[in-house]
Amino acid sequence: MAGLKYLLFLGCVIPYRIVSYETSSRKVLKKLGVELVEMPEFNCCGLPIDGVDHDAMLLLAARNLCLAEQQNLNILTLCPGCAGALRKVNRSLQEDKKLKARVNGFLKEIGMEFKGGKIAVRHLIQALVEDVSLEKIKDAVVKPLAGLKVTEHNGCHVLRPAKYIGFDDPENPVLLKRLIEATGAECLDYMYETDCCGAPIIGVNDKIPLYLAGDKLRNVKAVNAQALITVCPFCHMMFDINQPRIEKLLSEKFGIPVLHYPQLLGLAMGFTPKEMALDELRVDATKLLNTT
Amino acid sequence: MSEKKQATETKLRREIKMGDLDPEFKREISKVPGIENIKLCFQCGTCTADCPIARFSEIYSPRKIMRMTQLGMKDRLLSSESLWLCAACFTCVDHCPQGVDIASVVTALRNMAVKEGIIPDVFRELTDNIMKTGYAYRIPELRLKKRVEKGLPPLPEANLEDVCKLFDVIAVSKASKMEKK
Repeated sequence: MAGLKYLLFLGCVIPYRIVSYETSSRKVLKKLGVELVEMPEFNCCGLPIDGVDHDAMLLLAARNLCLAEQQNLNILTLCPGCAGALRKVNRSLQEDKKLKARVNGFLKEIGMEFKGGKIAVRHLIQALVEDVSLEKIKDAVVKPLAGLKVTEHNGCHVLRPAKYIGFDDPENPVLLKRLIEATGAECLDYMYETDCCGAPIIGVNDKIPLYLAGDKLRNVKAVNAQALITVCPFCHMMFDINQPRIEKLLSEKFGIPVLHYPQLLGLAMGFTPKEMALDELRVDATKLLNTT
Repeated sequence: MSEKKQATETKLRREIKMGDLDPEFKREISKVPGIENIKLCFQCGTCTADCPIARFSEIYSPRKIMRMTQLGMKDRLLSSESLWLCAACFTCVDHCPQGVDIASVVTALRNMAVKEGIIPDVFRELTDNIMKTGYAYRIPELRLKKRVEKGLPPLPEANLEDVCKLFDVIAVSKASKMEKK
């Protein structure tokens, strides 16, 4: 494998609240021989304001794609929202000549032009499966997490809409499970596994997402999983930071530690819990560590 | 609001008056790229049945939104709270047997509502944050300091001049489109 190199698109939610995802991802990727180049400059991917103005979303995404084209590097994102938005726009602009001409008309104002076909956008787990490979990940595991039983939550934009994303099967996703199994842990199925966490609407309605995420946590607990593994900062915020709020609202105790996938992989690769920023999690994961 | 008053209002909202319908609305919205086929929705309800939000909401139903759009119930739709409850998980998009991009219909309706001045505070904030910082969320100073402590690289700076120019340019083009009408 010739050295993998990506332009890291960090997004907004990770530096805002979920730094443990960034810390663990950077360390794990470095050890796997993946080089990350920082974005020369940044603006939001556009997704959060798609509902306000679709054109604004297109332009914010397109500007980031132009920056990547200038660097001639594929984009790697940790956030599925960013990955989904950038991927969708990258594809739409290449397929729809009229849309591309319109967007380029706007981009001309800032001296940029989207060329298309030059770069790709990858979410972390897609890069791990398709570029790094499961074999290489298995080889990097020095401390298999045998005996650990966990569950996964993919995050919608890693998989949907299928026609734009084209990764794994959104109806029966298996690739995150394979990644988890590569660490030696067991990945269990649970009810409503592919359902959304509800986080995107928490600013509009704070009850529905809490009930939705609570239902998922209940189903995770029902199969006796010791942890829930996520690959999205938004989902993580919902299940980890909001878990005490959910428990209070539903008068139920879950106590399910929620780990970012790179944290789990990092532990199996021999990193210490501190190095993987496990101490930054809201729900205590110490008990989980004692079982491995 | 008293229960009786609420019941009367619910009844009023359930009544559909022909005069309130805008027959041009479905044509107007189907001009948006990607949702030209909105008329193909035959109300099977797969979207609502599979919608995770609908499982926990009494008012949110993508099927209903699609029907109201087809009927041209523009005012009711654009002022409806339920328009902002879609979490954009895209399950309905992947499951629709007619291939209608329901999530993009919701986005188009939201864009229309915003043009009418209806926008939830959180979306106003996100837009404002992007214009002023490039990031959708205001990153606290403490976080930036913590990054240095932890040996993480500094966050890339936003090119606010470019971002604002792009925002200006679409506003200008939209105003010019309106003038043409």
